[in-house]
Amino acid sequence: MTIEARGVVKTFGSFKALDGVDLKVANGELLALLGPSGSGKTTLLRIIAGLEWPDAGEILFDGENALDRGARERHVGFVFQHYALFRHMSVFENVAFGLRVQPRSIRKSEAQIRARVKELLDLVQLDWLADRYPSQLSGGQRQRIALARALAIEPRILLLDEPFGALDAKVRKELRQWLRTLHHSINVTSIFVTHDQEEALEVAHRVVVMDKGRIEQVGSPNDVYDSPATAFVHGFIGESIMLPVEITGGAVHLNGRPLDIAAEGAAAGASTLFVRRHDMLIGPADSGTLHGAVTHVRSFGPVQRAEIALTEGSTIEIDAPRDRELRIGDRIGLKPRHYRIFAGG
Amino acid sequence: MSVLAPRRSTLPGFGLTMGLTLTWLSLIVLIPLAGLFVRSTDLSLAQFWDIVTSRRTLSALKISFGLSFAAACVNLVMGTIVVWALVRYRFPGRRLFDAIVDVPFALPTAVAGVALTALFAQKGWLGAPLAAAGIKVAFTPLGIFIAMIFIGIPFVVRTVQPVLIDLDPEIEEAAASLGASRWHIVTKVILPSLTPALLTGFALAFARAVGEYGSVIFIAGNLPNVSEIAPLLIVIRLSEFRYADATAIAVVMLVVAFVIIFAVNRLQRWAQSQAST
Repeated sequence: MTIEARGVVKTFGSFKALDGVDLKVANGELLALLGPSGSGKTTLLRIIAGLEWPDAGEILFDGENALDRGARERHVGFVFQHYALFRHMSVFENVAFGLRVQPRSIRKSEAQIRARVKELLDLVQLDWLADRYPSQLSGGQRQRIALARALAIEPRILLLDEPFGALDAKVRKELRQWLRTLHHSINVTSIFVTHDQEEALEVAHRVVVMDKGRIEQVGSPNDVYDSPATAFVHGFIGESIMLPVEITGGAVHLNGRPLDIAAEGAAAGASTLFVRRHDMLIGPADSGTLHGAVTHVRSFGPVQRAEIALTEGSTIEIDAPRDRELRIGDRIGLKPRHYRIFAGG
Repeated sequence: MSVLAPRRSTLPGFGLTMGLTLTWLSLIVLIPLAGLFVRSTDLSLAQFWDIVTSRRTLSALKISFGLSFAAACVNLVMGTIVVWALVRYRFPGRRLFDAIVDVPFALPTAVAGVALTALFAQKGWLGAPLAAAGIKVAFTPLGIFIAMIFIGIPFVVRTVQPVLIDLDPEIEEAAASLGASRWHIVTKVILPSLTPALLTGFALAFARAVGEYGSVIFIAGNLPNVSEIAPLLIVIRLSEFRYADATAIAVVMLVVAFVIIFAVNRLQRWAQSQAST
């Protein structure tokens, strides 16, 4: 099923949670809504689910208006950050809930319900927990049960609100891969909200980057990482060096000194130069675009992170391969392999 | 106590607090109650049995426990509705209503009794129209029932209120997104989550009604076998200097009340184990 949002606006008091959002989600897609807290991503998800109503705009499911139907009629599977399992019901009854509350005319028989719940518990690989209560499960298990419960009603859309947000780092990683595999096997149009860029880039087919109630960029994980459309996206995704520069007469100046890089069509005025930390190439002190001295070095994993005091008058952090020897006090030259210049300070 | 003691604990003070607890409970609760039992042994078993199974005693016990139970049931239902309104909706005067719920807690019971009697007497504001409809409240078991409802309602409201406030709205949203109707959400999700608190509220309201004296005796009329509650019968026996009779009735009340409270407690524990996080 396709989902389309058109000009969706939502305010809470004086706070503008969504400020004119347009979005199309293709059938069977796995989409991530990524943004900092307060960016409106959860509000958008809740509006799609029918748990919240927009002040203006439209939500279309397969081209049909969804706003005249409540959460109950939308057939949307919703997974909450804090699971929202029914504490007084066993795992089995939690999953069976959606089937038991169906109108009598279409309700399945007890045997059919049992078979379906068993099937779902197998799908989330927790069939051995059927008789337990939510309080007896770990966070990761609870979230998988919540997912099985949402899938029981054969939803047309699956919505997940920070599904792994309350879990520890290791479990998160496991569940990410698991979610991608699961989506592949059930193939339901799915949207998940996250503030964790790694999660979004690793799991989703397409990533929607949001900030302050607006969509900043929509694209594949590669697109948003390699070709950020706005300064916000560049700063939010991946780790970037940001230097305030001035564009005058087609040349880039840092603190009044010209840099030997092209302005690449950036408009004159105050701008910001963005470079990925690992895109700074290290050379001899008399080469490169920027120059400075190493003031601090830390090594972890495959890279080392060095703090450089620039002679141009800023301090930046760069990532370098570990085989490039760096010592405190070394004078080096830096040249950005890739960079972007966005207007604004 | 060497079986329990020698383990280092991050919560020191077990010995001190346990000792104080036992001493205090003994002084305040156990010793007076034990005295009651000792006193009742002045009677032979046959005498005890005669007193306890006399028509007047049995009627009084039946009235006390039966009406208390009925009143607690009413309080359970009405109290839940009151809590719902107070917690879930914002309306003018909500805080005032919230405060009014506590009035039966604080009001001297005799004052409540006088007020209720005046209200439900033949010529009272409510008594007159009810009498016209052929319903007599004051000086009948119905009056006892109403007094017991009056004093019991805050117990249900105050025990259920914090639990309902803490109930995560996401639970209801989850149920709605799974296709549950409002009715299903209330009966299958909300009420079961409240069950332990509801049982506690019920038990407290029931216990309070069984022990209630002041407000009931004004409105009851106190006709033996008809509208005489067991606590009153005890007082009557005491004023007749029939102390053994009084303690015999008291012992029966104590045992029955204990059994009921214990049963509710177990039930509540069971419900809690089903609903804990």
